[in-house]
Amino acid sequence: MTSTSTAFGTARSEGRAALVGYLPAGFPDVDGSIAALKAMVAAGCDVIEIGLPYSDPVMDGPTIQAAAQQALEGGIRTSDVFRVVEAVAATGVPTLVMTYWNPVERYGVERFAQDLANAGGAGLITPDLTPDFAPEWVAAADERDLDKVFLVAPSSTDERIAMTTAACRGFVYATAVMGVTGARTTTSELAGPLVTRAKALQPAGLDLPVGVGLGVSNGAQAAELASYADGVIVGSAFVRVLQDHAGDARGGLAALTALTEDLASGVRGAVRA
Amino acid sequence: MSTYDADELGWFGGTGAFGGRFMPEALMAALDELDVAWQKAMADPTFVAQFEALLQDYAGVPSMLYDAKRLSDLAGARILLKREDLNHTGAHKIRNVLGQALLTKRMGKTRVIAETGAGQHGVASATAAAYLGLDCTVYMGEVDTERQALNVARMQLLGAEVVSVKSGSRTLKDAINEALRDWVASVDHTAYLFGTAAGPHPFPSLVLSFVRGIGDEARRQCLDLTGALPDAVAACVGGGSNAIGLFAGFVDDPEVDIYGFEAGGDGVDTGRHAATIFAGSIGVLHGARTFVLQDEDGQTVESHSISAGLDYPGVGPQHAALSAAGRATYLPVTDAEAMDAMALLARTEGIIPAIESAHAVAGALRVAKERPGQTILVNLSGRGDKDMGTALEYFGLGTAGASTEDGK
Repeated sequence: MTSTSTAFGTARSEGRAALVGYLPAGFPDVDGSIAALKAMVAAGCDVIEIGLPYSDPVMDGPTIQAAAQQALEGGIRTSDVFRVVEAVAATGVPTLVMTYWNPVERYGVERFAQDLANAGGAGLITPDLTPDFAPEWVAAADERDLDKVFLVAPSSTDERIAMTTAACRGFVYATAVMGVTGARTTTSELAGPLVTRAKALQPAGLDLPVGVGLGVSNGAQAAELASYADGVIVGSAFVRVLQDHAGDARGGLAALTALTEDLASGVRGAVRA
Repeated sequence: MSTYDADELGWFGGTGAFGGRFMPEALMAALDELDVAWQKAMADPTFVAQFEALLQDYAGVPSMLYDAKRLSDLAGARILLKREDLNHTGAHKIRNVLGQALLTKRMGKTRVIAETGAGQHGVASATAAAYLGLDCTVYMGEVDTERQALNVARMQLLGAEVVSVKSGSRTLKDAINEALRDWVASVDHTAYLFGTAAGPHPFPSLVLSFVRGIGDEARRQCLDLTGALPDAVAACVGGGSNAIGLFAGFVDDPEVDIYGFEAGGDGVDTGRHAATIFAGSIGVLHGARTFVLQDEDGQTVESHSISAGLDYPGVGPQHAALSAAGRATYLPVTDAEAMDAMALLARTEGIIPAIESAHAVAGALRVAKERPGQTILVNLSGRGDKDMGTALEYFGLGTAGASTEDGK
């Protein structure tokens, strides 16, 4: 068990889904992102994903793109991301980094893994790195017991879901829609079947939790997703709350707390299948 | 099959070296589907015949190999120009898009998307889509739509939708990002016509298969014309499709030296350039491991070139591998050198090249000084019509120098 799968397990034992919250490091600035992520932990996030801002985020929609851009313009460095990880991990909540691959490769895969472990980070979520092109990362993570969270998609073949889940550690990230990140008004009908496949096609005995991401923005959507997923992943909605309160740190944190509480009651209000 | 080709996973130069497929899982099935469909098509004589007929009857291929005697006199070496500028739509790009659009039809998809820098690939894509009855959306950086407004109009006239990309540096790399975002959401009915021999596997190899006619034809034509292979071949390199098309015809001829000329912008030492192989470092961009212009943290650095078509901070992985293997040499050519070569070719041969291609001419003129009397084959990848706005500004043209007086 890793700290991440333990957090999912705890949620499961409480008859609910885990709430996974995302924000990019350095947005609105480094200290602001630490305060925001801590507020999300305090208000009920079970697992935290910290985004590493990247110049070419091909999987992200306009909301997260703009936040990453703002963080980069603010001068965020990879070393600052570890500082954010350290501060958030100190709360005791499993803290993963979500990053495009090039910044890791540039930092040095071994060095990145070591500094992540030193900061108390639980592992990496890699949206543009699949297990078949990840031998270096897999080796570096395994050596340090870091979580390797790879993505599965509605378009993934059964063969690829089996290969991907076999390589995952911590949880499996199911992208519920065919498209980039961003809040959506309705949850996808593709999510349910994908979760079922991601569970059924795992190697026997693995029993990894499956988190569903892309599009959730309120408690009602979270509840719907929580009826069949082990985790509900929310990103753009948190980012948008802070964008809506630009220049108003206190108001932003209050709104962030309110949204987290709504989502946390959503993942609890669901009737488990 | 050359030793310089990719392996099954798309690695050039050995497993993990260059290329590969660093992409969201959501696109993996589509890339696999494309790989299988492409390989089947290339093994199907009917598809190959269709492609070749289209090239010949519609695109004006094979382009001629032109013995540039007046330029040669000035250069001190024999310069042969592969006239891809005479192809339909004005560049080598038509070869790639006709191949990919034909493949799209064969795969039963109804819509194509493309990214474009200078607009040449966008125009070629819009042309192929119009001809083959496909819907077409072209993503183009806002900066490029401004400096290449004429090409925006051409695409629109051809029935394509042009989307101006306002994110990031608002140039080619951001247009690619936006096209990839579209593709993730539309992959069930849409094909991505990648514009250069870069990106995730199988694109570098697939694009090469459609543009390699440049080199295969040039090799034959050079033998016919001179009775021998050239001593050296030269092409400009942005993403590198025209160059890899030319080089493919010669990589297995060890006696032929290969030169790729990258955009040196204001000069490599100023930091304002697009000389990715010469001055960049190894990284992952747009799905492939290759040379990249990046900072210490792996953030992509903006490239600079007077030529929109070379203004790209990455390069096709096969070029990275050819460079690492020492099979090809990549050198920078500055904006000023390229513009001088553009004017020189116009005045000696009456040929106005694209500014991209002028980089190859300028590089060849430099190489010629070290190779007196030798034969250098240059890919003149595109024509300069689209660049007249830039030339007008750079050379201060457009105002008549003399006028007739009233009453004479």
